[in-house]
Amino acid sequence: MHADVFDRYHESESRLHRLDPRVKVAVTVLFILSNALLPDGAWSAFGLTWLLLVWANHLSRLGVDFSFRRSFLALPFALAATSAVFSPLGNPLAEWRLGPLTLIPTDYGLVKFFSILVRSWLSVQAAILLVAVTRFPDMIHAFEHLRVPKILTTIIAFLYRYLFVLADEVVRLLRARESRSAAAPGVRSARSVLWRAKVTGNLAGQLFLRSYERSDRIHNAMLARGYDGNLRTLNLHVMKPGDWSFFSMCVILILLLQLIGRL
Amino acid sequence: MNSPLPLHIPDGFLTVIISGVFWAVTIVMVGIAISKTNKSLGEKQVPLMGVMAAFIFAAQMLNFPVAGGTSGHFLGGALAAIVLGPWAAMLVMTAVIGVQALLFQDGGLLAMGANIFNMGILTAAIGFGLYRGVSGRTRKIRLAVAGCAAWLAVVASALITSLQLWLSGASQLQIVVPAMLGVHILIGLGEALITVAALTFIERTRPDLLNQESVTEKGGRGWIVAGVIVSIGAVLLSPFASTHPDGLERVAEDMGFLHLGQSAPYRLLPDYTIPFLGATPLSTIVAGVVGALVVLGLAFVLGQSLRKAGR
Repeated sequence: MHADVFDRYHESESRLHRLDPRVKVAVTVLFILSNALLPDGAWSAFGLTWLLLVWANHLSRLGVDFSFRRSFLALPFALAATSAVFSPLGNPLAEWRLGPLTLIPTDYGLVKFFSILVRSWLSVQAAILLVAVTRFPDMIHAFEHLRVPKILTTIIAFLYRYLFVLADEVVRLLRARESRSAAAPGVRSARSVLWRAKVTGNLAGQLFLRSYERSDRIHNAMLARGYDGNLRTLNLHVMKPGDWSFFSMCVILILLLQLIGRL
Repeated sequence: MNSPLPLHIPDGFLTVIISGVFWAVTIVMVGIAISKTNKSLGEKQVPLMGVMAAFIFAAQMLNFPVAGGTSGHFLGGALAAIVLGPWAAMLVMTAVIGVQALLFQDGGLLAMGANIFNMGILTAAIGFGLYRGVSGRTRKIRLAVAGCAAWLAVVASALITSLQLWLSGASQLQIVVPAMLGVHILIGLGEALITVAALTFIERTRPDLLNQESVTEKGGRGWIVAGVIVSIGAVLLSPFASTHPDGLERVAEDMGFLHLGQSAPYRLLPDYTIPFLGATPLSTIVAGVVGALVVLGLAFVLGQSLRKAGR
């Protein structure tokens, strides 16, 4: 498997790519927080927020609809919010009978539901854009600068490195399972669910032991290369005046959005 | 691999207050986990935990066909807690959930505190707590309890997820609880089967990782108490929430929880104010902060007593 299967970074030369990763992380978090703080039904503010996103997409030179095209990930979860439509707090709009259930959609519920959808749709796009314009190791460094404990960032750095290796391991295990599960046409090949779960459990156990023993070897190899508990980078990450001004501009824009949302 | 798991809450579903409260609890618990692991584990353990985090991530790619096109899915919280110990498992699951949110947008950033709590902290308490309680018993009992713990961990995560959605006003209690529990009672069965099979396999090949001594070393008796309390809570609350949603709603109303989440904190919170500040936006914000601090304090006290019990 190639390493870029999991990598979401898109190589390009743009203002957003060059920006200090700290600024990008902080602005993304503020942006998502702002979405959560906007009141339900603040459609004009939501619209302007979307324009801000389009502008950021444009700045990244990845295409104005870059994040839009990838933004339907969170949609399955919207199912959980559909029941908000039937919130008892508003005026009833209709009455649907569904077996023993009587469902009454209300105006308040509808506004709530669409606000949730819009919020999550905007937020997920910001996160998509963040990983597209920031290399993951840079992002980890940004978190270190933003005072996330080092043990966590180190675990995440290792996770990122060995994810590719272990994913390969999973592919090998699954391929082995496939190749031993031959099926003749019209003959049931698999046995009971219990048996299938047991096979999968054996795969999980096998994967665990391979990972566990591999981590031993990794640690020895790292010590041999002079590992002292710090992961180093050649990228020094110094905040430049341009980074500060971009950050302040984004903060002002987000504050403006909040103001508009409350008018 | 990339399909959002049903328990990863994206951004936009939880209100700021609910997100903040669970972030606060999560930060306290992960903070304790960090100081614990820094003290008790060598520097060698960090690469181990990193690779283990990658293991959980990769193991979630393992699935097995159940019936009718659906497939059982592995979450791994309970297994991680049993094999690595609760504190290490918490850090590992935090890293996994963090990367899922950052890299794959599987779960939100603001909602990450809640996601870590649901899938990392709760599962560690249930998974390790129950297993620790029977660590000296026969193999059959241990495996049976591990299976139950894995199942219960999934069900408890689903329950708390639906409660968070309900408190945020994103779902109706009488719909979301039965729906989430119904799905996850089945998913949990797959989780239990895989966990038991994996543990059997590990015990057979590396018995040193799971012997009584190494299990008791990883976490103190406090974990048994925590695990049992959380489990009993989940077991009692699940049927109550699905059969008497009105009752739960009334309890929440009486305790002032319900208003926490109805909307953005500034607008629809007439009852949730600090008396001497009057019904101003400031008053609501202060009330929210006070609430968060109370939960934080509770979590801290709990953590301290866990620590003492652990010695």
